[in-house]
This record gives sequence, structure tokens and C-alpha cells, in this order.
Amino acid sequence: MEALGQTFLEFAITVAFACLLVAFAFTVFRLVRGPSFADRVVALDFLMLIGIGFIAVKAVVSREYSYIDVAIAMALVGFLATVALSRYIYRQAQITGSEPNEHVKAGLEHEGNATSSPRHPGQGGTS
Amino acid sequence: MIDLITGVLILIGATFSLVAGIGLFRLPDVYLRMHAATKAGTLGCGLMLLAAGVHSQELEVFAWVLAGIFFLMITAPIGAHLLGRAAYLAGVPMWSRTKGDALAGKYDSKREFLEGYQSEK
Repeated sequence: MEALGQTFLEFAITVAFACLLVAFAFTVFRLVRGPSFADRVVALDFLMLIGIGFIAVKAVVSREYSYIDVAIAMALVGFLATVALSRYIYRQAQITGSEPNEHVKAGLEHEGNATSSPRHPGQGGTS
Repeated sequence: MIDLITGVLILIGATFSLVAGIGLFRLPDVYLRMHAATKAGTLGCGLMLLAAGVHSQELEVFAWVLAGIFFLMITAPIGAHLLGRAAYLAGVPMWSRTKGDALAGKYDSKREFLEGYQSEK
């Protein structure tokens, strides 16, 4: 039973590292490619979560549980970064005066309130 | 036995993280991507932290891990809400097949004012 558990844990850790690595690759793709700045912020937020996952698995592997402190500090910093960046997107939108989603308004046939402000689709809050 | 539980928790957490990563890669616009990354990502990462706490078999570490998971669960919706609001107000386009936008034409982003439901439609 003990040996079986040990083997299973090693297998699980290998699979977990593989999964996290694939998720990491997808996220980096989104970070590089993401059409808008908001996409990049979402990717950055998720990158932080993947980092926490890596640290947790690493804590299990090395039996050094102080790593969890690092994970929690990382969660804190990541949350603050997300808040600050979304605040930045919001302020930038206010300054440049872009309107929310005219594209969908047009799809819903909202005639009569088509505000005519210059807006660049796909680049809401460019970096 | 502890090893078995830890292994199962790690596997489930890693699977959720992988699903979130695939969602981030495949879904068509910011709002849907945020949906994948926030929910599945937080759950996966929380399960892996819980696995580390279970594996330690120490009360201190376990309590600390629970505090960390609680913090993650509290902050993830706040961050996602702020980000979604900022993206919406910045005019990041939705997917062309999005069914509806309840805020369309009802929110004045200059005055930060939301009209009542009775005003138009």
C-alpha cells in the first residue's frame, strides 16, 4: 500500500508538471498574441496562478513546506497587479473616450443611440 | 494513504489548470477567456495548494494553506470583475455570436451612471 501510494504520487507529480507546462505554453501564447491589452492582463493573472501551482507541486516534491509562503505572497502580489492594471485600462479608456461595445449594439439593432466616437476595434486600451 | 490522497488532489488540480490553459488559448474573446482562467484556474491552483497542505501532515502548514486558498477564492472574483468592467468600458469587442449585452446603451461611462430598467426597452 505504501509503495503503491509512493509510485502513484510520483506519477501524479510528473503528469501535473506536464499539464502545468502545457497550460504555461498556452498562456504565454495568449500573452504574446492577445489582441487587446485586457487579454494580456488576463494571461498575466493566470500565469501567476500557474506559478502558484508549480510552487505547490514543488513543495510536495521537496517536502519543504516553506514554499507555500512564497505561493501566498505571489497570490497577493498578483492580485494587486491585476487590480492596478485593470484600473490603468479603465483610466486610459476614460481619457481616450472610447465607448463600450458599439459592435454588439449594432448586432442587437440599437438604432438611434449610435454615438460617433472614434474607436479602434480589437485595440481597446492598447499597450 | 496520504500519498494516494495527495496524488489524486494534484492530478485533479493539474487537470483543471490544463483546462483553463486550453480555454485561454481557444476561446474567442476577453470575457470568455477570463471566465476560463479565473474559475478553473483558481480551483486548480487551490487544489494543488491543498495537496501540499495534506501531504505535510502538520496542522500549521494545513491552516496556512487554508488561509491561502481562502485568500485566492476571495480575490479572484474581485480581480475578474474589475478587469471585465475595465475591458467592457474600454470597448474591447465581444465575440460576434454573443447573445446579448444587457448594458448596451444604458450605461453612461462619462458620468458613470446606469439608467433604470424602465427608460428604454
